[in-house]
Amino acid sequence: MNTRVTTMTRSIGERRVVANFDWRLTAVTLALLAASLLSLYSVTGQSEAATPVYLRQFYWILVGWVAFGVMMMIDYRILARYAYAGYGAVLLLLVLVLVAGRSSQGAQRWLSVGGLSFQPSEVAKLAVLFALAHYFAQRRIVEGYRVAQLTVPLLLVLVPVALIMKQPDLGTALTLLFLFTAVVAVVGIRSKTLIVGALLFFMLFPFFWQMAWGSLKDYQRDRLVTFLNPSADPQGKSYHLLQSKIAIGSGGWFGKGYQEGTQSQLKFLPEAHTDFVFSVFAEEWGFLGSFIVMGLYLALLLLGMEAAMKARDMLGSLLAAGVVAMIGFNVMINVAMTSGLLPVVGIPLPLMSYGGTAIVTTMAGLGLIMNVRMRRLLLFY
Amino acid sequence: MSYVSSPQDQVRALSERLFWMTALICVIAALLLGRLWGLQVFYGDHYLQLSEQNRLRHVPIQAPRGRIYDRDGRLIVTNTPSLNLYLVREDMTDADATMAEISRVLGWPVDEIQARFSSQRRAPFLPVLIKQGLSLTEAARLEAHRLSLPGMKIEVEARRHYLYESLAAHLLGYVGEISAEQLERDAGRDLVPGMVVGQTGVERTFDPWLHGRPGVKRIEVDALGHERQVVEAAEPRQGDDLYLTIDLAVQQRAEEALGGRAGAVVAIDPRTGEVLAMVSHPAVDANRLAGSLSAAEWNRLATDGSHPLTNRAIQGVYPPGSIFKIPVAAAVLESGQMRPEERVFCQGGLLFGRRLYRDWKAGGHGSMSLTEALVNSCDVYFYKVGSAMGIDLIAQYAAEFGLGQPTGIGLPSERRGVVPSTAWKAKAIGEPWYPGETLSASIGQSYLGATPLQMASMMATVASRGARYQPQLVRAMRHRETGRLVVFPPVRLADANVGAKTFEVLHRALAGVVQDQGGTGSAAKSKFVSISGKTGTAQVVSSPSGGQARAPENFQDHAWFVAFAPIESPTIAVAVLVEHGGKGGAVAAPVAKQVIEAYVGAPPAPAPSVVTDVPAQPAARPAPVAG
Repeated sequence: MNTRVTTMTRSIGERRVVANFDWRLTAVTLALLAASLLSLYSVTGQSEAATPVYLRQFYWILVGWVAFGVMMMIDYRILARYAYAGYGAVLLLLVLVLVAGRSSQGAQRWLSVGGLSFQPSEVAKLAVLFALAHYFAQRRIVEGYRVAQLTVPLLLVLVPVALIMKQPDLGTALTLLFLFTAVVAVVGIRSKTLIVGALLFFMLFPFFWQMAWGSLKDYQRDRLVTFLNPSADPQGKSYHLLQSKIAIGSGGWFGKGYQEGTQSQLKFLPEAHTDFVFSVFAEEWGFLGSFIVMGLYLALLLLGMEAAMKARDMLGSLLAAGVVAMIGFNVMINVAMTSGLLPVVGIPLPLMSYGGTAIVTTMAGLGLIMNVRMRRLLLFY
Repeated sequence: MSYVSSPQDQVRALSERLFWMTALICVIAALLLGRLWGLQVFYGDHYLQLSEQNRLRHVPIQAPRGRIYDRDGRLIVTNTPSLNLYLVREDMTDADATMAEISRVLGWPVDEIQARFSSQRRAPFLPVLIKQGLSLTEAARLEAHRLSLPGMKIEVEARRHYLYESLAAHLLGYVGEISAEQLERDAGRDLVPGMVVGQTGVERTFDPWLHGRPGVKRIEVDALGHERQVVEAAEPRQGDDLYLTIDLAVQQRAEEALGGRAGAVVAIDPRTGEVLAMVSHPAVDANRLAGSLSAAEWNRLATDGSHPLTNRAIQGVYPPGSIFKIPVAAAVLESGQMRPEERVFCQGGLLFGRRLYRDWKAGGHGSMSLTEALVNSCDVYFYKVGSAMGIDLIAQYAAEFGLGQPTGIGLPSERRGVVPSTAWKAKAIGEPWYPGETLSASIGQSYLGATPLQMASMMATVASRGARYQPQLVRAMRHRETGRLVVFPPVRLADANVGAKTFEVLHRALAGVVQDQGGTGSAAKSKFVSISGKTGTAQVVSSPSGGQARAPENFQDHAWFVAFAPIESPTIAVAVLVEHGGKGGAVAAPVAKQVIEAYVGAPPAPAPSVVTDVPAQPAARPAPVAG
């Protein structure tokens, strides 16, 4: 049946596909990428590196647009056919990274291919999403899922999560768990499943806690501890958190002006070009700037939700909603972290933080949303 | 598994949950915006302040201290450029290696450097002073190793310079970096960490004028504390200059006259209370104290048995010995206990109770009037009059001359000495006063204790026939900013309640001590100026046997001599104490004579061996006629 639908869509022609291209989504994405380059230039513009960070980000964005185009052009139903193959390939990469990966700052996250290095854990997000969406779309259960029926999808997530925790990369592991939760929430579960799940969770919590806490590196534990009790060590581990809050807060209504952010320019702000890029932006552009950027993210997510709601089938809907969940979760955690609401977990801000694989993955995800949107049926409108 | 008719129905089945997801996104977005509004708008000013604190750092600039001159404007203390070695904790890649290297280059023990480095707990970006006053060679050698010494800084800074080294060292005091306790104690004053302040002496008492106002540099720093730019700077204001009451020539002569012996010399102008000289030996070069003494050196000085850090002139409390006969004599005359010409027979001792109180002269002095008793320092005379008057009357007259109370000279840690009385003993010791103790007290022993400054001050009161002035160290202060000279007038205290006739008798007797043939103070007799005085020999351990066998040095008596001159209209009063010096007349009197001669302008006694060719020349100044 699937094959028949696909051929039918194609026969309707690519004309409509192109006609449904969403300029709003593209514009919002472009605006956020511009904000990213602006902020990165602000903090790394003076860099004497051969290829400064902002320039590298620019090249990655170009790659990201290619990924966007590819993910948009190939019908997601065709892509879904390779969901499990892709999933398997990513698992292999995740094992490979543990064996032959490149370490940096206590974590082994990167695989080097030629001169370029990339993070398989980023790619894993899309692969897991595809596997989950494909799985659920194939066995549609209207009355909601039972606990036993969730075993397979849970395993689909837990295997890569375990591999990623081993690196360790807490942020990505959490993103995957959240992705699973979001997809399950959208496909629907029985209220009994929810209760049993909750019970199981609480019964197994000590065990999981032991496992999770045990797999954390010292610096990650420190972060959690300082977050819970920041006054314990004002100059030490909560320093990052405080400096980020100072950066954002000191921006005031209209900011200190471009390249005038003392917190970032004088390097009080740690990781200014990666996890804390939002603080750089908020310091220099103030609440006005934060408001606009937050508005842009909200618009992006709502456009994604619109695509999910108007998707032609469950697969498309789940894919779009999954990408929204992924991006939304990362934005929420990152902004909450930089504004001091959460511990420093090391989740980058999608589209704005520097990071090649993350940029490409996020833009591929956006391409997927566009893909779903362009192939919706317009019969009801 | 149930069958669903069309893909659209599948999506429609999800739509309710997709709606809730959308709603959740909106709620979270609103919460995050609320948080950002709180940080940036509601608490924006607070965080702006915090970011300014991050960025701007206040670095104090030392103000040069005021200079110190003698009474005639001769420079005594000034500032001189000094090469100072600093270490900056934050810039040192390997603190231990850097310190080991410095130790190697300077030949300084590495634990000294480490002790200095860790003695100051300060922000990691602030330089820590390791050594002051590097020699040019040392500085050059360190500079040559600059590459292997990250975090090392050599700064040229003003350093206190005491031109005459140990001269008047106790009086002047010394300076040092302000301590945490000092900062806390003087919290209300304009003091900042790292500032150099007076630690003792005039440097400390007059520190508020001397230290000036430090400047401040506001610099912008990055997260590593490196200076990016100077935002603004307020120049320091140099401290005000002081003009001491000290006469440099007199002080120098007093220092030489006392020489290597432990003791003190104080000279006061009886007309004003101005201190003309104040010597305490042994003394330490103030430049050393103000520089970077190592902990071991400090320890050695602090525990040195000769107490070089003690200002004996105000902190040394000694039994006054026979000098105390002056206030006792005043008490005799004022109370009418005895007329001046009434005689007492001295047989060389007095049996009181079951104990024999000996006179210093074994055979006795024979028949003595008051004047003769003072001139010959007859103990028996004073045993008799003293025991007749009682201790409380003696104490009353001692107080009239300022004994037993601080003089108020305004130096830190001045001691008040002891004038015993029945009330004092009941309170301090909890015992009744025994009559026999009055005999010892009458010749200045017993519990009596006085500082050389008190003795000089007492002599000044005698010289001025009752007028009492608070001893004064600073004549004037010159404001750096206005150039105005602020003169400190003499502070006259309540006159001693002693009549003019009594002073007449005392003056005659004290003149006799020096001028009369056989007077105990004849060693102070000068060709240039008429001198009055009184000897004193303070027993360190009582020797009831009266044996004069040679005691070991530490048990030798202290030698006292007090004097004033010229006799007719006194302009200087002097007290000399030589610790364990032996007889006051022989040891202390010549010192007093030299000090007085220096003050009236007589040339120092020539050292005989140096004189090779003496041209016929009159004395520099006609000597006043001796009375």
